[in-house]
Amino acid sequence: MNAMLPLPVRPMLAAPAHPLLTRGGWSAITLVAGVLFLLVPWLNLWLPAGHAFHVPDYFVSLAGKIMCYAIVALAMDLIWGYTGILSLGHGLFFALGGYAMGMYLMRSIGTEGVYQSELPDFMVFLDWKAYPWYWSFTDHFWYALLLVVLVPGLLALVFGYFAFRSRIKGVYFSIITQALTFAFMLLFFRNDTGFGGNNGFTDFKRILGFPIATPGTRMVLFMTTGAALLGAFLLGRYIVTSRLGRVLTAIRDAESRVMFCGYNPLHYKLFIWTLSAVLSGIAGALYVPQVGIINPGEMSPANSIEIAIWAAVGGRGTLVGPILGAFVVNGAKSWFTVAFPEFWLFFLGLTFILVTLFLPHGVVGLLRRRGRARS
Amino acid sequence: MIRSRHFRRHVAAMLAFPLLVALVATGAQAIAPELVRDLAFGENEAKVKAIAGVVASGDSGALPLLQALQDGEVQTAGERALQVRGDSAIDLTTGKAVEPLPETRDDVVLNNRVRRELATAIAALKLAADDRATRFAAANELQRGADEEMLPVIQRALAREQDAQIKVLLLLTEATVQLGSTNKAVRVAAIRALAESRDPNTKTLLLPLLERKGGDFAEPDSDVRAEAELSLRAIESRLATGEMVGRVFSGVSLGSVLLLAALGLAITYGLMGVINMAHGELIMIGAYATYMVQNLFRGYLPGAFDWYLAAAVPAAFAASALVGMALERSVIRFLYGRPLETLLATWGISLVLIQAMRTLFGAQNVQVENPVWMSGGIHLFSNLVLPWNRIVIIGFAAAIVALIAALLTRTRLGLFVRGVTQNRPMAGCLGVPTGRVDTLAFGLGSGIAGLAGCALSQIGNVGPDLGQTYIVDSFMVVVLGGVGQLAGTVYAAMGLGVANKFLEAWSGAVLAKIAVLVFIIVFIQKRPQGLFALKGRMAEG
Repeated sequence: MNAMLPLPVRPMLAAPAHPLLTRGGWSAITLVAGVLFLLVPWLNLWLPAGHAFHVPDYFVSLAGKIMCYAIVALAMDLIWGYTGILSLGHGLFFALGGYAMGMYLMRSIGTEGVYQSELPDFMVFLDWKAYPWYWSFTDHFWYALLLVVLVPGLLALVFGYFAFRSRIKGVYFSIITQALTFAFMLLFFRNDTGFGGNNGFTDFKRILGFPIATPGTRMVLFMTTGAALLGAFLLGRYIVTSRLGRVLTAIRDAESRVMFCGYNPLHYKLFIWTLSAVLSGIAGALYVPQVGIINPGEMSPANSIEIAIWAAVGGRGTLVGPILGAFVVNGAKSWFTVAFPEFWLFFLGLTFILVTLFLPHGVVGLLRRRGRARS
Repeated sequence: MIRSRHFRRHVAAMLAFPLLVALVATGAQAIAPELVRDLAFGENEAKVKAIAGVVASGDSGALPLLQALQDGEVQTAGERALQVRGDSAIDLTTGKAVEPLPETRDDVVLNNRVRRELATAIAALKLAADDRATRFAAANELQRGADEEMLPVIQRALAREQDAQIKVLLLLTEATVQLGSTNKAVRVAAIRALAESRDPNTKTLLLPLLERKGGDFAEPDSDVRAEAELSLRAIESRLATGEMVGRVFSGVSLGSVLLLAALGLAITYGLMGVINMAHGELIMIGAYATYMVQNLFRGYLPGAFDWYLAAAVPAAFAASALVGMALERSVIRFLYGRPLETLLATWGISLVLIQAMRTLFGAQNVQVENPVWMSGGIHLFSNLVLPWNRIVIIGFAAAIVALIAALLTRTRLGLFVRGVTQNRPMAGCLGVPTGRVDTLAFGLGSGIAGLAGCALSQIGNVGPDLGQTYIVDSFMVVVLGGVGQLAGTVYAAMGLGVANKFLEAWSGAVLAKIAVLVFIIVFIQKRPQGLFALKGRMAEG
């Protein structure tokens, strides 16, 4: 037993383990960037609709939507796959980011709503005469961006501080994050909360002055989401290859030992938890203008658990895995809900069961095992 | 005998209608011909008076006469007033048949005012009917438009009436009429009488007396106002008791529902450490089992339909327990010691079960009927009825808790379960078949979920999403109550139920629920092991 204890500990952790990416990794990133920023726009916007290589509009919005999910899955993987904390409340941060962006989008509808009022339709409906205080400044885009980062970030910081300080971990943590998102869902369902109740925000007209539903705007949003996804991936890569990342993995594997080595897990957990929430919020903010709606349903506990399964399907503890998982599961979802809507829940449920039973490392783990067996 | 009763009615009528004294006194048995004439030939004013006179006469022919008038059967031919039915006619003054039917007849024209008076009068007369439903309908009709002339009839009916509900209606009507009186003494007496009432509706009678209209009181007389104020306070304090009792009761009722939902979870999670996200779906299966048993009884044993629950309870237990044991054997067994994976896999199971129920029974809610003996309730206060189904569920929950406690502490299986929970390897070494005990314990927890489903089917909707509504709540109960303790679960469920209902009265249902969730989240920070934490080495488990 003694022989296994890594002594001295700190120098070992201090050693730079990996470069940010291998040469192959950089080429892959460049390739993906090329596809996202050059190929898809060209195939979608410049080729005529009947052309064999034309990328249809619905594909662009679907891919854009799934890339938002992939960012959340990546965020989930940082906290669950690398740090071992399963959050069942990431849908909340996603939705809060979405609502922050949605407030700006609602303000930019201007007087084009059904009631042609300065106020959004739902406020006219409630007979409100002015915006409540928490809507102030939301007509500025920069302020909306600030909210997108600050609201999920601060909530996660405060909640995480209290939870991690009292060393709530494992299943307890999962359950209270679920209760948190459930409570917020109930809150946002109320009309009097001032976020549109059941219906949430929808019927957006423009963003930054551009009409929101044109192919050009859609493509810009798609490319922005792609850039955000690549950025999140590189950031994640930077973190997990750093010393910080190694401490996180150590917390996942043996938290008590990390404490005995003189580290305070609270700071590490709090950092990665808050970062993960902020990433989810950004994903939500990119999601809302692309799908054109945000409502409290996004905060339902079921949605948050689904995020976990994206990460699990792709492979926890890898960064490519969750992105892959988000694409596989959501691709399957959009195929099933069109072709066999009644079988979608069977498929999703069985995915949950089979992945946890037989694929603990997800698709990426499977591929790696294959690769190792061949070599 | 008959004579003397009629005579008494005449006396009452005389007191109420000095104008009609002469007519009624000479009228003896039959309805005075003058009244009939006024009804048939009089001007509107005379008709209204005649209607009141007919009611006051107390004659057994009054109701048929007025109804004939209402139905348009009363016609006139020359000087005679006839009741025409088909081809035959009766002279209303003599009571003799008229043959042949006169060729030229005129309808008796009734304007709206007369019609209204007629309807009220008929209602007043119907108060004497034997059928409860008729009397109830009549009392309701009267409450809308009784006037002072009906008062003696209402008071007579009141003296006779046995049914509490009708009595309340009549009392209210009486008070309404008296409040409208011009005589101050009558009004004050009515207000005082109202103070004795146990009906929340009396408040709506008294409140207008205290209203202000642009600075002045609606009621000019200050004595009347003072009396009204006093009576209102008396009523409110009586109602407050009812409301308080009602709130505690609905809290306990909600608590027992939560307890039923969480009890199975307390066994699978609390004792075995298995996070079962499909617990809600096991509840749903119990509810659907109840639904199927109900349908079987309706189809094959309609005579015994009231007792279908006696078969549904074991069926619900068995259905959920079997599904639970199958799940334990096929999935959960392989994930022991990996709680997060268990959580995800059981969530997957719950999705599959929900979709399976949708495929089998449709996405709509199904109808589960209460047996007759469970409908209705105990009328505790006028503003508080304790429904039987709620009471039965509270008793049911208590019985199940007692059974589980006995099972865990008094039986061999209970001993094994506790032994495996405390120290699995040691229990195994001593010959406890740990694998089988796991399966049985999981089956027990699932079966209790099935019982919860059976109970919930009696008070709420049964649909594929039934379980999802309870899953967060039941986890909260277990987390709050502390792991591995039945007593903790009971206290937590009752506490949450009552707290929820009291907060609800103060801030509305949604905010109350949010407040409770926030409270639990904060509470967990302080006492991560729940209310009743196990002490010592086991706590770290």
